Amino acid sequence: MFNFFWRKKKSTFTGGIILDGHKQVTKINTPQLPKELIYPLFLTSDRYTKACVKVGDYVKKGQVIAIADSLLSTPIHAASSGIISSIEKRLIAHPSGLADDCIILQTDGLDSALEAEPCLDYRQQSRDFLRKKIHQAGIVGLGGAAFPTAKKLSGSPAIHTLIINAAECEPYISCDESLAIASAKEIIQGSLIIQHILQASLCIIAIEDSKPDAYLALLFAAKETDIKIQKVPSIYPTGGEKQLIQVLSGEQIPPQKLVFEYGYICQNIATSFAVYQAVLLGIPLTERVITVTGAGIKQAQNIQAKIGTPIKDLVQFCQGYTEHAQQLIMGGPMMGIALASDEIAVIKASNCLLIEPIKASAIQPCIRCGDCAKVCPSELLPQQLYWYSRSQQWDNCTDYNLADCIECGCCDVVCPSKIPLVQSFRIAKSEISQQQKQAEQAALAKKRFENQQQRKLRIEQEKAVLLEKRKATIEKMKAAAAQRKLN
Amino acid sequence: MLFLCLVFALLGLLLGFAHKKLKIKNDPLVEQINNLLPQTQCGQCNYIGCRPYAEAIAKNEADINQCPPNGEAGIIALANLLGKEAKPLNPEFGEQKAPAVAFIIEQDCIGCVKCIPPCPVDAILGAAKQMHTVIASECTGCELCISPCPVDCIIMRPIEKTANHWQWTQDV
Repeated sequence: MFNFFWRKKKSTFTGGIILDGHKQVTKINTPQLPKELIYPLFLTSDRYTKACVKVGDYVKKGQVIAIADSLLSTPIHAASSGIISSIEKRLIAHPSGLADDCIILQTDGLDSALEAEPCLDYRQQSRDFLRKKIHQAGIVGLGGAAFPTAKKLSGSPAIHTLIINAAECEPYISCDESLAIASAKEIIQGSLIIQHILQASLCIIAIEDSKPDAYLALLFAAKETDIKIQKVPSIYPTGGEKQLIQVLSGEQIPPQKLVFEYGYICQNIATSFAVYQAVLLGIPLTERVITVTGAGIKQAQNIQAKIGTPIKDLVQFCQGYTEHAQQLIMGGPMMGIALASDEIAVIKASNCLLIEPIKASAIQPCIRCGDCAKVCPSELLPQQLYWYSRSQQWDNCTDYNLADCIECGCCDVVCPSKIPLVQSFRIAKSEISQQQKQAEQAALAKKRFENQQQRKLRIEQEKAVLLEKRKATIEKMKAAAAQRKLN
Repeated sequence: MLFLCLVFALLGLLLGFAHKKLKIKNDPLVEQINNLLPQTQCGQCNYIGCRPYAEAIAKNEADINQCPPNGEAGIIALANLLGKEAKPLNPEFGEQKAPAVAFIIEQDCIGCVKCIPPCPVDAILGAAKQMHTVIASECTGCELCISPCPVDCIIMRPIEKTANHWQWTQDV
């Protein structure tokens, strides 16, 4: 019945573009243990972890080295055994190119692990227990946004459909595809656990129709379950949350609304695998599959990398750079961020490292052709937003739903004038959020100031009342004394 | 004729009643102006806080370019609100500085509590003969605590540039 339902409603989203895949699906190779592992304490905006180890401590693989300071943050685990050599500022994988506090772990080569605490029959456990287990395992969305999975699975309002996102629509990236081929069974197990936590009636794994091997592997692994494996057309960005939901169900999620408000949740396929490892094997998230590719690398491949491995170690494992290596991008060619150095370490969100020559092109003025609006998958008006962000009209940017821009980069690709549109949207977004922060700060200061004023006024009034009372008592005593004199 | 007089009298009464009942206590313009001010309560504008300055602007007693922490963007916002022409910041009142917070050099602090009353947002923690400290997240950077300190142990520290505070800019 469900099969019919989905087939009937199958549709597509507006916009999007068809890109060359450039995907080299290799088997997942494991490099040798790096000498040094680097763990930044800063996760993403406003999310920090706190180091719970000291310099000189000996840690084992799987041991927590930094704890989460809120539910929006996740703990970090050591990916191998060794000694904490320092906690110092190092360059981190962030578009700012700034250094931040990192825990540095010198590995001892033994790779001895803590004893795992598996939970074999997860159906007997409460959903809160499983969520806690996922949080303690440090699992975040491995598709690139790194949102804490346990927070996403908090399950209110009720979720009817769980979508496991294996679309992997961005060119060059093939880590999810190779993981699906290698570990389809485990992914299905992980998806069942997530479905159990959410109590969702439907679970769909969506995969692009350009990945037949992975599709078959998943189909075979899921044949005894209710999980549906659904092919989606290979149009970029079909892996976007709202776009994927529209392709699968035909339902369009309105601007400025979140998909879970409509009963959907999307999880990346690698996250599913991590959940399987965390719950059924008791292994925290310390490794992930990462694609190292591009014209600038000698041997492009998928690597099972320990989180915290310096990028230069992975490059060395791929036989080093070619003469085309000019820039290092974390993520894909469409949405990735440029990194300043290969000393930076792999983080949980790193799904791909792309080493490419720089393609510089002169920016021409906008000719208002409107091609960007045709390809925008969020149905925005990029050209209008571009003018507003250029002239710093932030209110207009907000009114034209800038917040709905998923920064997919379709508009950049089709722009005949080569205008870096996404760049200007990022500037506008960060300016707007900065202004919001400042307004909040000002409101707080205003409130504290007003409270202080009121307190001072109250103290004055109390003093005045006390003075009155004293005066009255003195008067009384004086009167009494006069009375006594008279008597 | 009589009927009309009666209707007008009734309407008059209704208006009078509405005026009393629905009177807005705070001047809405002052509130709007105050919301555009940075709430540092630093007094650089020569008024004792942001609200008094907002009141003075509303009464046309003060100009819109007397608030250094608000900077050029703030002056433009005020000009737009009031339908006035934007003008550069009046240097008499100071210059716009990079955001900073007060910091107490703790080994120099003698615990005199002189810095605590001037702080407009109660951001300094301390008691007599005890070492004081500034709650950095609450400090507005007004510098009012600097001059009362007899041992000059309070300094202004610029807010550190971290990845969390970083913004996208044109040149990246």
